[in-house]
Amino acid sequence: MKRIKRHPEGTLRGIFNYLKPYRLHIACTVVCAALYVAATLVIPYLAGLAIDCMMGVGNIDYPRLYALFIAMGACTALAALSQWLMSLSNNYIAYRVLADIRRDAFFKLGVLPLKYLDGRAYGKTASVIITDAEQFSDGLLLGFTQLFTGSATILGVLIILFVMRWEIALCVLLLTPLSLFVARFISSHTYPLFKKQAAARAEQTGYIDEAIGNLKVVKAFSHEEKSEETFQTLNENLRSASLRAIFYSSITNPATRVVNNIVYAVVALVGAFLVISTAGAALPFTVGNLSSALSYATQYTKPFNEITEVITEFQNALACAARLFSLIGEEEQPSDEGNIELANVKGEVKLADVSFSYEKEKPLIEHLNVLAPAGKRVAIVGPTGCGKTTLINLLMRFYDVDGGCISVDGKDVRDVTRASLRKHYGMVLQETWLKKATVRENLLMGNPSATEEEMIAAARAAHAHGFISRLPEGYDTVIGDEGALSQGQRQLLCIARIMLCRPPMLILDEATSSIDTRTEMRVQDAFSKLMEGRTCFVVAHRLSTIENADIILVMKAGTIIEQGTHKELLEKNGFYAELYKAQFVG
Amino acid sequence: MKHLFSCLKRFRLDCILAPLFKLLEASLELITPLIVALIVDEGIAKGNKTFIVLMCLVLVGMALVGCAISVTGQFFAARAAVGCSAELRTRLFQKLQSFSFSQIDEMGTSTMITRMTSDVNQVQTGVNQTLRLFLRSPFIVFGAMAMAFTVDAKVALVFVAVIPLLAIAVYSVMGAGIPLYKKVQAKLDAVFLSVRENLAGVRVIRAFSLEKKEREGFQKNNSELERAQLRAGRVSALTGPITYILVNLAIIGLLYLSAGQVEDGILLNGDVIALYSYLAQILVELVKLANLIVTMTKAVSCQQRLGKVLDMEGEPSVLEPTLTNGHADGAAVRFEHVSFAYAGGGNALSDITFMARQGETIGIIGGTGAGKSTLVSLLPRFYAATQGRVLLKGRDVRGVPYEELRARVGIVPQKAVLFEGTIRSNLLWGNENATDEELMEAVRLAQAEDVVTSKGGLDAPVEQEGKNLSGGQRQRLTIARALVKKPEILILDDSASALDYATDARLRVALRTLDSTVFIVSQRAASVMHSDLIIVLEGGKAVAMGRHEELLKSCNIYREIYATQFRDAEEERA
Repeated sequence: MKRIKRHPEGTLRGIFNYLKPYRLHIACTVVCAALYVAATLVIPYLAGLAIDCMMGVGNIDYPRLYALFIAMGACTALAALSQWLMSLSNNYIAYRVLADIRRDAFFKLGVLPLKYLDGRAYGKTASVIITDAEQFSDGLLLGFTQLFTGSATILGVLIILFVMRWEIALCVLLLTPLSLFVARFISSHTYPLFKKQAAARAEQTGYIDEAIGNLKVVKAFSHEEKSEETFQTLNENLRSASLRAIFYSSITNPATRVVNNIVYAVVALVGAFLVISTAGAALPFTVGNLSSALSYATQYTKPFNEITEVITEFQNALACAARLFSLIGEEEQPSDEGNIELANVKGEVKLADVSFSYEKEKPLIEHLNVLAPAGKRVAIVGPTGCGKTTLINLLMRFYDVDGGCISVDGKDVRDVTRASLRKHYGMVLQETWLKKATVRENLLMGNPSATEEEMIAAARAAHAHGFISRLPEGYDTVIGDEGALSQGQRQLLCIARIMLCRPPMLILDEATSSIDTRTEMRVQDAFSKLMEGRTCFVVAHRLSTIENADIILVMKAGTIIEQGTHKELLEKNGFYAELYKAQFVG
Repeated sequence: MKHLFSCLKRFRLDCILAPLFKLLEASLELITPLIVALIVDEGIAKGNKTFIVLMCLVLVGMALVGCAISVTGQFFAARAAVGCSAELRTRLFQKLQSFSFSQIDEMGTSTMITRMTSDVNQVQTGVNQTLRLFLRSPFIVFGAMAMAFTVDAKVALVFVAVIPLLAIAVYSVMGAGIPLYKKVQAKLDAVFLSVRENLAGVRVIRAFSLEKKEREGFQKNNSELERAQLRAGRVSALTGPITYILVNLAIIGLLYLSAGQVEDGILLNGDVIALYSYLAQILVELVKLANLIVTMTKAVSCQQRLGKVLDMEGEPSVLEPTLTNGHADGAAVRFEHVSFAYAGGGNALSDITFMARQGETIGIIGGTGAGKSTLVSLLPRFYAATQGRVLLKGRDVRGVPYEELRARVGIVPQKAVLFEGTIRSNLLWGNENATDEELMEAVRLAQAEDVVTSKGGLDAPVEQEGKNLSGGQRQRLTIARALVKKPEILILDDSASALDYATDARLRVALRTLDSTVFIVSQRAASVMHSDLIIVLEGGKAVAMGRHEELLKSCNIYREIYATQFRDAEEERA
């Protein structure tokens, strides 16, 4: 809400840009709206004329009546046709714009710096692309439908009324702002109630997320009753907040309608007097005219009713659009344009005087120097928060360094394309991620051209073939990010995935943390073969997995405090030796 | 629909009063044309200005009364809708809580959450609108018809002809729309999945440079969604024009018939205006109804989704025991030829038999996916054995009510989850009557005293899912939570994985002082080697059982596990 108030022009300009490609459709909508409104307005007029043809017993002007019927039929056809075309055109505009905005927002996800994505809950970003886009398009559709026809109707009716009788037109014109005023008054008072409702809803959703998301724990502790008590309190809060918001906002409609009905009464009064006073005059205001005028009065007030209803909707749509545009307008990661493709990589990785921090005030890595010669195994050890994962973020260029330089085979990673850099790294992380797709698709992710034999060989090497075969549909079983596979099995799949691409450099961040030591031992053989001749960066909790490294970097608080082989470090009897011994206590 | 109606039952009065008041208001609207007819036929025809003014005042009065009545109706509608959705949420919450673990697995938590939130909201909007409008529209339509009959029966036949046609038109458009909107919803799910995956898997996607492929995949879903929306939109777009044509044809028919009646002197001009107004009112109502149909269609499909959940049978507190009596032989826990399979899967456990005495420690070790967690989850009957029996102090757990079972068995789950509140409120989950000393004792046993002190005592706040604590801190507090229960049987399901080896060792020493029968599930040989009985699982089968020394001699797998973890330590010590 506040946001739009700050940048309403920006948001509107953004919407305008998205509408531009659909100029023709908008023109079509406008023309159809005008035709539709004109036709619908003419019909009551014609009906009024028709009533005037019935002058009394035995006195009916049939020829004129039939002519009027034909005209009414034609108008009906025109109105129906233009209404239909207008709806189609509105749908087209709204859904196309929705698809366009969603596409842009989604494409943006691919080029946003990770800093942005890591910085906020995924659910929030997802809800911008899904819910906000949806609400925006709903608002747009509603706005188009109501605004064009509504304003055209108001205008048309005023013109007709002025043509018919200026006295009546004036009454209508003077009275209707009253309904807008009433609507505004009510909506300004209900806005805080809606905010309260939103807060109560958010609180309850949070609780549902927690209590239902961890239902198994709740059940393990027979905590269902207590949970329900808490839930009930929140539910009751939401109920009373919703009741207030919904009830008070629902007053708008009857309140504006009362204004409209008063307009109707006034038109009836003024009209009736006019009929009496103009009887016998050259241009009499007939009973038929009165009938038409009354019907116009309702037609005239109806759009006001609808527009007041739409206004809240539209405000919401603008707020949603503002959030979307702020996502779409977010600064992208530096472009790859003009960068060279990394090829024939030997795998020498050098970090020279690298400094990096996520937040400026909290320095993390400072003046870090590491040389990983091609084909060597580098292990990174250290307590939580020492910067191990950050180092991986920098190697993969998920983040760019603040100072210094990282180079592969002597080329600054900022001078090569991200895709070619990342293609040369194979990465297995502790947090496994699998796509909702078949096992096969997940395995072939890094190397879609691998043959079936190669895939099965990789799965066997990663000791995944066994459990994959036991899945209901083997390699064609659909798996997802939440599902039946255990964490260890998921890690094995990620390892098999990497074994299929065989990149020259590897990053293994706690790659086997959920795999039992015996399976790990067996996978290790395959791993060792994979690592042969490849530059590897290994982060591990279990020190047994890194003993064979060529270089062990012991990190603490963003700096390297010890460096050497396993043996050298144990002899040194420093921090590493301490860590190493701790695992065998007990 | 039965769940919806039964939720509305408590608001029966509201549900009757809301439409009633809306109908009252509508009947005032129906009287309006009559008054206008009076103005024309009595006032204008006889030049009676006082009468005209009087009638117009009546109109204003009716407007005010109508408003008051309408607001009252809205209140009842809102109260019923909001109350009904609150009731729906409560029932869903209760139903979900009664689900068995297999049902939870089957359904998936994300669906459960969306159903409790967005689906219920849609239904609430639907109920509110329906109470306000859906009854009103047919009422106005039929009321207008009835009023038309009071004016002139012959002309009113037009209404009789057109109303069924309108009903058929509205009904068929809605009928054609529902499946199309369901498709839209399904496509939206696909788009949502795409977005969520690209956020959660951003690192992997970028690591494999799959951005382009993902974009293509998304575009495919996105265009399919757009096409589905356009298709549904095309159908809905018909409502307006069709009803408009029907009503206007009826108007022409009405005017034609009226002309005849006026000619014969049966009708007056004012009556024709009234008849015409009634048809016009029907038109206005139908336009409103057309807008409502989309809301209704959505609400109906959401309601069906909710109905599916509410129709599911939660798990009963007691299952039929396989055999009535067991061995009352001093065994705290006994597994007799127990096999278990998850829904739609092969056996996760096969033919497990063992016995544990009170106070013993049982270690369960084995590879990834060997069935360790499955085995211990049969004890508190999170899952019921598919074959064989699990006996607790000689009683088949199938026959022990949940509340009792879960009071006697304390479990520390693999995923260390705490809930929003304070450390105290989380620990009290174990036993709500525990004193501070009891809580602190459990905390000390769980090696979590430093956590409590560093956070500032038992009343230190815990954020949702314990996000303000580290993995190790959470794990130790979840252990303390189970210890507060002072359970007869304590299960640690790989719950020391985030602890360093030294803390893990101290924890095990502390646990030995309890009289509980303790089950330790672990991948670390060190965690189980001091147990009274170690069960080595492999592919769901117990390949060996015994004490550490025996297993080292007799079991290859155990020896291997041990060797992989202690190889170097042995070397070091040698």
